[in-house]
Amino acid sequence: MPDRAKNSGVPPVSVLRPGISTSTHAALRTWTGYLRPDGRKGIRNHLLVVYTVECASFVAQEIAQGEPDTHVIGFPGCYDNDYAIRLMLALATHPNIGGVLAVGLGCEYTQPHRIAEAVRASGRPAESFFIQEHGGTRLSVAYGKELLASLRARAADNAVKVSMTWADLTIGAECGGSDGTSGLAGNPVVGRAFDRLVDRGGSAIFEEVVEMIGLRDLMISRAASPEAAQQLGATYDKMLNYCKAVRQYSVAPGNFAGGLTTIEEKSMGAFAKGGSRPIQGVIRVSERPPHPGLWILDSVPDEHFMQFGYTNPNDTEGIMDLIAAGAQIVLFITGRGSVIGSAVAPLVKVTGNTRTYRNMTEDMDFNAGRVLSGELTMDEAAAELMDLIADVASGRESKPERLGHREFFLMYKHQDVPSLEAGCRA
Amino acid sequence: MSVESTASAFQVHASDNVATLLGEAAAGAPLEIVGPARASTLTACEKIELGHKVALTAIPEGAPVVKFGIVIGIATRAIAPGEWVHLHNCCSQLDERSGHFDLHTGEPGDNAYA
Repeated sequence: MPDRAKNSGVPPVSVLRPGISTSTHAALRTWTGYLRPDGRKGIRNHLLVVYTVECASFVAQEIAQGEPDTHVIGFPGCYDNDYAIRLMLALATHPNIGGVLAVGLGCEYTQPHRIAEAVRASGRPAESFFIQEHGGTRLSVAYGKELLASLRARAADNAVKVSMTWADLTIGAECGGSDGTSGLAGNPVVGRAFDRLVDRGGSAIFEEVVEMIGLRDLMISRAASPEAAQQLGATYDKMLNYCKAVRQYSVAPGNFAGGLTTIEEKSMGAFAKGGSRPIQGVIRVSERPPHPGLWILDSVPDEHFMQFGYTNPNDTEGIMDLIAAGAQIVLFITGRGSVIGSAVAPLVKVTGNTRTYRNMTEDMDFNAGRVLSGELTMDEAAAELMDLIADVASGRESKPERLGHREFFLMYKHQDVPSLEAGCRA
Repeated sequence: MSVESTASAFQVHASDNVATLLGEAAAGAPLEIVGPARASTLTACEKIELGHKVALTAIPEGAPVVKFGIVIGIATRAIAPGEWVHLHNCCSQLDERSGHFDLHTGEPGDNAYA
């Protein structure tokens, strides 16, 4: 394929010859995004309401009600959790976010004003308040809406439009509701799109280490460096201990009904979404890839906390982990079909099952099942998917966005990543 | 074009002893096996749905079931060529819950609701 822009970011002249598929010109596509003070580039300019305990979640949702540009995230626990705070801060300072309102009840450990301070330190406008200090539900919602209007005006003033290319994109891939078509069509097509993104200088992240059962040697064979090989081996070993400890593997009734018989079978299909490029290393939740290329995200709790917190309790958690790593768009591959979206960054839904695509066309963005029917080659499908990604990056709403989906999920978990300020793992 | 009417199955790796249905096969239907190995035909012993697996060879009880060139499970009883390979005759080597799921719906049967 004519996707050899690895070093310069500029594709060879051969892709420009007339008469070939317009999709190959996708290598040169640019679009307008938002330049943030930290130098990162977003494809949306959303506002974010963050609640710091379940008790504040209703007010937070009411504040965002009827505000199409406003998404809601939060943490239900009264007792704070480093992992949860890191994840919320990573999302609150995500390149797709222009301003943040943090709302607390007033009793909880997690402090809204600390979140607002961290967001302001990133160069974005932010506000915070405690509901107990503003007279209950109705007055807090009214106050929150006032703050939101002010944040919106400041976010619009601050918005710096900037030209973006593939090298400015970080894309995540997650699969859920997998079936027998996922490993043959949906995931391999996403894998080939990932190859193209990496070749064009972008960053690609996939996760679900718990669905890499039996693939230790294969993972290590893909390592870009001895250090990456060491990280991949250690990540695999931790994951397997974890699955044995909780006696639960990442395979569900819908997977079985869709023809997948074992976690081993599901794993090989899931790994296909990682494409074929070298794996640069392993990042953990709320870390960002230190340089472009293909990365694996480890969301598994650490050894000494394994009995505390499930990894991948549902698809939304994994998707939010990918967005917290900086993904401006996440590709979600579902053979059985799904009706989720995601807060902060658009979700693009891909199915390898033509029947599912027909049943749920309003929710499915891309039918990779055409590869199985012989309608498209794998490469043609990947090129078409890249066009769709560029369209969504350019501002076109994905189907979940259009339907108003903005799911979010966060629960207690422990990963011993040092603070974001510390910069690197000990 | 109809995926449903395509009686073909894809063998991912030449060493695989199962192939994945690209459409739905009726009992007794001829199946065209496509993929990296030589093309062949087979008769489906029973109805097999899209995304599910058909045995390409006889697989003895206790023998590995191979797809993508890797062992995806162990045959829990002898499987004949053309048979549906799934939860009733193939089990994970790791997952303790494997073997407790409804063959058709995947519903777990190992958790009491009372």
